[in-house]
Amino acid sequence: MVELNLEHIYKKYDNADDYSVTDFSLDIKDKEFVVFVGPSGCGKSTTIRMIAGLEDITEGDLLIDGKVVNDELPKNRDIAMVFQNYALYPHMSVYDNMSFGLKLRKYSKEDIDERVHNAARIIGLEEYLDRKPAALSGGQRQRVALGRAIVRDAPIFLMDEPLSNLDAKLRVSMRAEIAKLHRRLQTTTIYVTHDQTEAMTMADRIVIMKDGKIQQVGTPQEVYDNPANLFVGSFIGSPAMNFFDVTLQNNRILDRKNNFSLEVPEGCLKVLQSKGYAGKRLKLGIRPEDIHTENTFIKVFPNATIKTTVNVSELLGAESQLYCKVGDQEFIAKVNSRDHIQPGAELIVGLDLNKGHFFDPETELTIY
Amino acid sequence: MKNNLMKKLMPYTFIFPALLLLILFSIIPIIISLVISFTNLDITGLGNWGAVKFIGLSNFINLFHDSLFLQAVGNTLFYVVIGVPAVIALSLAIAIMINFGQNRFFKLMRLVFYTPSITNTVAVAVVWTFMYNPSTGLINNILNQIGLGSVGWLTDQNVAKIALIILAVWKAIGLNMLIFLAALQGIPKDFYEAAELDGASWWQQTIHITIPSLKFSIFFVSVTTLIGWFQFFDEPFVMTKGGPLGSTNSVALFVYQNGFQQSNFGYAASASFVMFAAIILATLIQFKLQNKQQNG
Repeated sequence: MVELNLEHIYKKYDNADDYSVTDFSLDIKDKEFVVFVGPSGCGKSTTIRMIAGLEDITEGDLLIDGKVVNDELPKNRDIAMVFQNYALYPHMSVYDNMSFGLKLRKYSKEDIDERVHNAARIIGLEEYLDRKPAALSGGQRQRVALGRAIVRDAPIFLMDEPLSNLDAKLRVSMRAEIAKLHRRLQTTTIYVTHDQTEAMTMADRIVIMKDGKIQQVGTPQEVYDNPANLFVGSFIGSPAMNFFDVTLQNNRILDRKNNFSLEVPEGCLKVLQSKGYAGKRLKLGIRPEDIHTENTFIKVFPNATIKTTVNVSELLGAESQLYCKVGDQEFIAKVNSRDHIQPGAELIVGLDLNKGHFFDPETELTIY
Repeated sequence: MKNNLMKKLMPYTFIFPALLLLILFSIIPIIISLVISFTNLDITGLGNWGAVKFIGLSNFINLFHDSLFLQAVGNTLFYVVIGVPAVIALSLAIAIMINFGQNRFFKLMRLVFYTPSITNTVAVAVVWTFMYNPSTGLINNILNQIGLGSVGWLTDQNVAKIALIILAVWKAIGLNMLIFLAALQGIPKDFYEAAELDGASWWQQTIHITIPSLKFSIFFVSVTTLIGWFQFFDEPFVMTKGGPLGSTNSVALFVYQNGFQQSNFGYAASASFVMFAAIILATLIQFKLQNKQQNG
């Protein structure tokens, strides 16, 4: 059982003017797999390094099992960490790399041997224990780094972009392996990545960060379906959400610049009006898969359609991505590839505004 | 066809100037001195080639019966055995300490420790001779101030060798420290972070991470330092002329004395070849040890 509480944590580097992490508060439950995601420089790595004890906490408290550990040395926090560049000691064999921490902690020889072999079995590297890291592939090195964390049997794993040095295919398979490992070991894990796909596929909960601040915390489904603000909406999901600058007029939204208008569904309209956005500017966000080309949709919602030109059409197999243009505004629609469209064709698409997101253009917060 | 030949010749034309210099000023002199070492060439021989005779191995045989040469060999071994480890250990320790911090003080220290190696040995040796002066020198003055007796730095047979080693170590630290510093800065920071999480103390990190990571630079520094100390010359030449009573004489100085002061070129050449062989041997042993360590 382990619980991790981050309470109003701030980080400012010695020679920096601004805070790298601002007011970071989060409670992490036992066995949870939490992913910190955000663009580079958002403070996610700094935060995980503060948890590890590799960086000082400027303000706020870090609690492990209810005990403030701000001033504890990394080795006393009982945390295992996997680094982006693996950080395997090049002069030591795989066995020595994995047993180094145990030796320093004065485990008995038999105990070390058992743990290392056990971990090697889990990561599938039993035959490679005598090899030096230089004689291993990138994926194998990453496994050794995981193994080094496993042997410690620490209650908390920290992973700082562990897959970013691997090629795309390996990344996908290692992603699944780490998820499997977590199911098997049930170790509380904090995982840092800039890749929203990794975050979506692995996390129990995602923490989305930008400029040192938490933007939203939630399950993958929650942050995808109900982004708290424009940034979360644009960051999560691939291809990214499309945005339109519109004005709410009566029961329609208008884009005067690009010359189209759409009818707003009743429920949505009520909320927008009650929040005082009647006649005001809004930002409409709509995901590529919520833009439809099927005849049935266009017939049922004739007032939710736009006439566009298709610039590029990418066939991905089961689905196609259409790069469309209305006026000067470009957007992407993800459609069934049975409705394959030739580039340059004119096309009527329907926007499913029931699934749309409305943001305040000033505060960028979600309205609906 | 012709084009192909040009392509093959191209690299050789690029290295030709360097090769020419190497042959003219290193290879040929080495061969000539090897030839000389089997002759009785001396000052008369220079004027009258007819007087030069091949005398086989007698120069080498005489060398090993020459107590002055044997003393020089003993002294040189002493210099090597004390000096080389001292240089490596001290420059490594200083590099690690300087690498500890990044602020101005540590940058200043880098300069402080490097300066001796860009100074002229002769000039520095003269200054150190003053400092070592038994009655008026700075060092004895300080020793007296703190209530210790005077030391005959350059006059005592047992101490003089140490005095020269101190100077030479002081001078050699700078460059080697720089080599170690460069290597230290190439060690990824996350090795230390991983070790810290593994529970390694600063000392354990130094032993298990830093020193193994510096293996190649330690090897490089030991080879170059070893070769340098086998040829130990400047310091005894300027400060003691090999005295007192030959106690600081080195093989290199012995070669100089015999070759250029007494003009026994054949004899000096044979002594220099003994030195040459010793250096090659020592370097080969080091390479072997290094290989063994790597494969073992």
